[in-house]
Parts: sequence; structure tokens; C-alpha cells
Amino acid sequence: MEIELKVKRFDPEDAKNTPYFKGYKFDIEESATVLDSLIKIREEIDGTLTFRCSCRSAICGSCAMVINGQAGLACNTKLLDLTSKSSNEVLIEPVNNLPIIKDLVADFKPFWNKIDATNPWLQPNGTPPKQEYMASNEAMLNLANVMACIMCGACVSDCTVLNVDSNFLGPAALAKSYRFIADPRDDADKSRLSEMNESGGVWDCTRCMQCVEVCPKGVDPMGKIMETREKIMEAGMTNTFGAKHATAVSNHIEHSGRIDEFRLPLQSKGIFNFKEIIKLMLPGLRFALKKRAPSPFHFKNPNQTFVKKLFKKVEK
Amino acid sequence: MEYDVVVVGAGLAGMRAALAAKNNGVSVAVITKVHPVRSHSNAAQGGINAALTDRGDTWEDHAFDTIKGSDYLADQDAVEVMCREAGQEVINMEHMGVIFSRDAEGKLGTRAFGGQRQARTFFVADFTGQALLHVLYEQTIKSEINVYEEWFILSLIINDEKCEGLIIMDIKSGKIEALKAKAVIMASGGLGRIFEPSTNALICTGDGMALAYRGGAQLMDMEMVQYHPTTLKSNGALMSEGARGEGAYLINANGDRFMETYAPNMKELASRDVVSRSEQTEINEGRGVDGCVFLDCRHLGEKVINEKLSQIKELAYDFANVDMTKEPVPIRPGMHYQMGGIKTNIDGETKIPGLYAAGEVACVSVHGGNRLGANSLLDTLVFGRRSGEHASDRTKTERFSSIDSKLIEDQKTLIQGLLDQPNDSEMFGSIRLDMGKTMNEHLAVFRTQQGMETALTKISELKNRYKTVHVPDKGKVFNTNLIFTLELGFMLDCAESIVISGLERKESRGAHTRIDYPDRDDNNWLKHILVSLKNQNKIIEYQDVKITQWETQKRTY
Repeated sequence: MEIELKVKRFDPEDAKNTPYFKGYKFDIEESATVLDSLIKIREEIDGTLTFRCSCRSAICGSCAMVINGQAGLACNTKLLDLTSKSSNEVLIEPVNNLPIIKDLVADFKPFWNKIDATNPWLQPNGTPPKQEYMASNEAMLNLANVMACIMCGACVSDCTVLNVDSNFLGPAALAKSYRFIADPRDDADKSRLSEMNESGGVWDCTRCMQCVEVCPKGVDPMGKIMETREKIMEAGMTNTFGAKHATAVSNHIEHSGRIDEFRLPLQSKGIFNFKEIIKLMLPGLRFALKKRAPSPFHFKNPNQTFVKKLFKKVEK
Repeated sequence: MEYDVVVVGAGLAGMRAALAAKNNGVSVAVITKVHPVRSHSNAAQGGINAALTDRGDTWEDHAFDTIKGSDYLADQDAVEVMCREAGQEVINMEHMGVIFSRDAEGKLGTRAFGGQRQARTFFVADFTGQALLHVLYEQTIKSEINVYEEWFILSLIINDEKCEGLIIMDIKSGKIEALKAKAVIMASGGLGRIFEPSTNALICTGDGMALAYRGGAQLMDMEMVQYHPTTLKSNGALMSEGARGEGAYLINANGDRFMETYAPNMKELASRDVVSRSEQTEINEGRGVDGCVFLDCRHLGEKVINEKLSQIKELAYDFANVDMTKEPVPIRPGMHYQMGGIKTNIDGETKIPGLYAAGEVACVSVHGGNRLGANSLLDTLVFGRRSGEHASDRTKTERFSSIDSKLIEDQKTLIQGLLDQPNDSEMFGSIRLDMGKTMNEHLAVFRTQQGMETALTKISELKNRYKTVHVPDKGKVFNTNLIFTLELGFMLDCAESIVISGLERKESRGAHTRIDYPDRDDNNWLKHILVSLKNQNKIIEYQDVKITQWETQKRTY
């Protein structure tokens, strides 16, 4: 089939130093992947095209890139799935949220720094037993899901929070931290949970689902972040905006079947947190003037009994 | 820049060696051309073998299975070391955090694997290699070992026949530097890209083997190239032996379980060379479909497949359009592993003082003529550790030498020479493809004198074409085209030594099956073939196989 690849190029040694798109039109087998087509370009058409790849079978994590606007691995993305009768064009760009070295090669140093910052090694207490630590297969299978992460960076590329806040640890690092929190042999739960509770940690995730969508190994980083939040609250660390917000929402739904939009920001900041409450007053006043402020009068959801039943069922 | 111990390669063998050296109190650096977790160790799927005494297993049993599996070419003292230390190595990895599968009691679980009479393969679903590699990376961060990430090795520094360091290039900037070392441990992996197709990653280009060879070290048993029985046709991807370990069958076009004829006892779990030969025979005799036979996992059921074979289920889906739970997967033998490599002793020492080797790049030999599945992960850890320990001990009595800066200039000249080649000649890609096809045709499961001679002539021709190879990317920053061209030079040297050794061994043993010499000949050929360079001349030497307690026997499964 005929295919046209539009690849974002960037030559750091060129005085002009700006990225540009280069188009390549050629024939390739129908069963080909994006990686097959990139390799064909660099071996037969344009030897200067630069990108990372190695295993060709979705285990090394080298070939993450943005393909038709979404992050993924080049080696397991089929061209047929990206093209149609009306369009045989495929757009290839390097991953987002990381500096670019050349063409499709991103600088992963910030990525690795965040992983390293979570102290990602097993920290058991005391001397190890003579044989293996005992552990259930269930626990190991749970870890196998998060251990399947190949550190490709697709989740980090498409994370909408990292797009605006580089202080956020990001889905890969947070999932890696969960891997140890959930390991029965690791004894550093308290310090790990406490670190994940800090600014840039689990509470900065906006639950946009992008990381879940793009992960090529089904790791579900967002799910791991949510589980970490639960563990943090179970451990009694509830004095953060995020924890208070979650508690308030849960209480509102349980008692009245709807979120009380007036009280929610107050309860999230902490109703005795006068400094923060006063900061809210100015925007609050602006909203009220534009008739956009939530009412301080809170009515129950007419289906409140049904919602309460649902709530109790989910709690179980 | 100087370090007591420099390790080349950050796969399992490399990182294990670096950890051992660091724990021994010396300064360590790891040079790797890709980030450690991108190393090809991550592609190993099935598991790692060890005889744990609390299960009624003995290291002697494991050793015999390994020696028989090697078709008696393995050095038995080395096998004894590996099998005796296996249990502790697996327990060490578990203590570091590897998420091995468990049995109902919470102890480490095992699965059956090829060529072994007892289930002693410890595993993490079907991505054991990745699970081990990532844990070693975690330990590398914890130990604060210096990793020169994305640096490429250009040459070894050999003075007075002693290894004193390396010349390396920073891929990100093109900068060339000399690295002084009291000991260099080569752990740069295999050479699968010499063959096309291969299960190996694109980075497996025999760099370490070629550099050691050029530096005067001996390459041993190079003709012993393993063709793995179950690889996918489309991209040569590996379908783990673990599937057969869980009970999968191999069937031909007629739906017959043909291994019952070739290996009545162990059937699908006979050693890999036996299974590959059987498959190839079925295909050659017309009982295949499109050059393939089939891996049938349907009867294993969804639970087993989803829990223990999840990765290969995805592979079959992505790369063969087959749902493993409902249909048999078309597979065929594909180049997978190099049993041969840089000759070392049981402490990883090569003929050149100061140069060590461990992992797939090395040949101790523990795998002889054929490697058992799940013994490679073990090999990397045991001999990685031993090399690291021995090399770091050695450095305590060694001193740094001064490096002649002319060596750096020589490399710069060489590279500039490549970049200056006229642009009307071919690029690396077509030369590599021709080499790959030639090797896969003549150095595959069944070999002939004529075929290997053809291959040797072809490699000569390719080396000539390489002299004028064109490098279109003239940049300094991340010049991958230059890297691939340098790797091609390494591959051609290794390919040549494979064919020379293949022509030399006039018998069939393990993975080396010759139609003109179909039998094993212990009287004349119970020895290793070593190839080395002396003043540009190729020297062939022999070394007898070390026998300790197991006499050679007829090998049937």
C-alpha cells in the first residue's frame, strides 16, 4: 500500500534551529507497523532520520512517539489502523513534555530523574530470611500488572497535568512508587506514602485518563494513583486539599445525593483555614456579581434514597 | 576519566558485574549504548533455572541436564559452578524485589522447561527477563553506580597485550574520550542482527565480541548458533518456551503432534536444537504451511494463558493476528542466541589480562553446543557476579597506565574517513540485509560444506562493499547512521568467525548440524574451536572439553 509519513524533524546543529515537517511517500506491505516504515525510511530513503528503537516487540520501551496526535509505541502500531480509504497520511512527532535532542529523539533525563526521586528499590526491614520471603501469588500478580511498565514515556507524553505543571511527578513515577507500596515485602510504606502526599504527588492528578488510554502495556497508572490516594487516607494523612476535597465530595453524595458546590471549596481548603478562605472571597464575589456563584442553599437530590442505597453498595 | 572497573553493557550480566564490583569497594562505571532498561535482557520471557535443595532437587541433576543439553560440548567444571551457585543467585534476586510467581504456600513457584527432567524454572509470568532487569536497574540507582548512558565503544586499549581501558563516543554529542580502567568487563550481549530474521533486538550487533577479537582475544564455539523453535514469521518475535512448559503442543499441517516421533519422552520439551531440527524437517518434507508449523495453546485455557502467558498472547495478537486461546499460532525456527563468544574461564577472565567477559558475549562454556532454555538468565547473573568480584579483586593490585592520546586521534580519523566516503555508494542497510539473508540460508538449522563456503565468499564480498560504505548523516549529535555503520563492521567480523568455525567442525553436534557429517564424532571432535587474530591472520586452535563426572553418552529425548 502507498503511505505518506509526515515526520517532525529537528536538527540541533542547524543554525536555524527550528523544527519542521518532512514528508515521505512510499510503498510498504499492508501488515507493516509505524516502526517498519520509519526503518524503511532511514535504511532506503533518508539515512539522516533519527529515532530510538530496539526490540520491535513492545518490551524495551525505546520507540515511544506521538502518532497521529496520540502517544504510543511505533513498533506495535499498525499502519492499516491509522489510514483509511480517504487518507494514507500518518503524522509522526516526538513525545511531548520532554526536551527534544534531535528529530524523534527526546531527552529522557527529566523522566529518569523523577523515577529515581521515588527511591525505587525494595526496602525491607531487618535481615532477609535464608530462603525466599513468603508472599501470596495474588500479591505478585497484582505487582505484575504495574511491573509490566516498560518505562516508554507514552503516559508522561500525553499527561495533561505535565503539559502545564512540570513539578508533577507524573504517571510513570507515581505508578512505580505504588509498585513498592503494594509489595508486602517492602517496609517503607509510611515514608513512601508521605512523599506521594506532597506537592507534585498523587493529588495533582486530574483523572483525565490519558495515561490509561495510551499505555501500551495496560498498566493503568491512574488506577495506581487512585489506590495510593486511598492508602494515604487510610493511613490517616487527611490534611491535604486533595484528601479534604475527596472526603467532602463523598459526604455530600452520601447525605444529599449531589455535590454542594458552595460548601465544597470551603471544606476542601478547611473551614478554619481563614487565610485560604479569604483568598477565595475575591473570585467568589466576582462570580456572584455575574450571577454565577453557587447558592448557599443546598437542596437534596430528589432521588436521594436511591443514591444513598447505591453509595452503601459501592462502599461494601 | 578513570575507574578501577569499567563494565561494557548494562544488561543483566553487566549490571550484576557492576554491583558485585561496587560491593567489593572499588570505583565502577558502566558504559552502555542504550539506557539500561532498554537492554535486550528485557526480552527474555520464560524464566531462570535453579536447583533448590528444599524441593528435593540437586545441582547435579541440573548440571547433567545442562551437559546433555549442550551435546557434551560444555565444560563440566563451569557447569558445576553455575548449577551449584544458581539457588543462591535466585534467592538473592528475590530478596532484591523480583516478583517471582508463587505457589499455593507462598513459596517461589516453578514451571517445566526444555531439556530438564524436573521443573526448576522460576519465573515472572512470561516477562522474567524484564522483571529481573528492572530490579537490577533499581539496585544500580540505589548503589549510585556511574552509568555512561548512550555512549558507544569504539575500541579497546590494549598495551603489551594487557587491557588498559576503552575509547568511547558520547552518542548525544559525538565527543570521543578515553576511559582508563584497571579491568574491563565486556557484557555487551549477542550478535543476532547478523542473521535475518532473528528474535534479537536491533542493538544486538556483536560489538564486544568483535572488539575483543580485534584486540587479540579468542572467540570460541562461534558455529554454535541457536535457532529457537517458536518464533513468529512476521517479525521473528519470540514465543516463549514457557508456553510449552505450561503444556502447549507443536502440531504440523495435519494436526499431528509430531514431537512424539522425534522425542518420545520429552516431546515438546526436548532440547531446543532437537525441536528446531524436527520442525525444520516437517517443513522441508511438506507438512508445514507457508514455511511454518504451529504452536497450539488452545487446551491450556484462558486462565493459564492470561496469568502466565499474557505477553506472548499480546505478541500473537499484534504480530500474527491470531487469538492464541482460539487458534494455533504459526511459528518456525528463528535465530535466537549465540552459545559461542569470547573465551573465558569460570571467573570471566579472557586470554588478555585485564579483559573479562560475561553473559551472552562470553563462552565459558556452560552451554556448549546448545543452550537450555532459562539457563541464559542464570549464566548472566552467576558469571556477571563472578567477573565483577574477580575483576575488582584484581584491581586492588593493579595500577592505571597512561593512555596515548594518539589513540583518540586515530578513532577520530577513522570516523572522519567514514563520513568522507563518496555519497554514490550504498548505505549500511543493504549490506546488512545481504549478510543477514546469507547467514540465515547457510548457517541455519541444517548446514552443508558448499553452503558455508558460499557464505564465506559472500562475507568477503560484503567486507569489500563495506570499505566504501556511505554515511549520509554528517552530524555530531545523535548520529545513528554512523553508529549503525560502525556496528556493521563489528557484525561482519563476527559473521566471518561463525562461518570459519562452522567449516572447521566436521561433525554434527548440538546446534551445528551438517548434512555431510550427520553424526556426532566424540573421538575427533570432543573439543572447542577457537578463532583469533594474530597480525591480521586468522588462527584456529582447539581446546579439549573439560570432563569432570559425566562421560559422553548417546543423546536422545
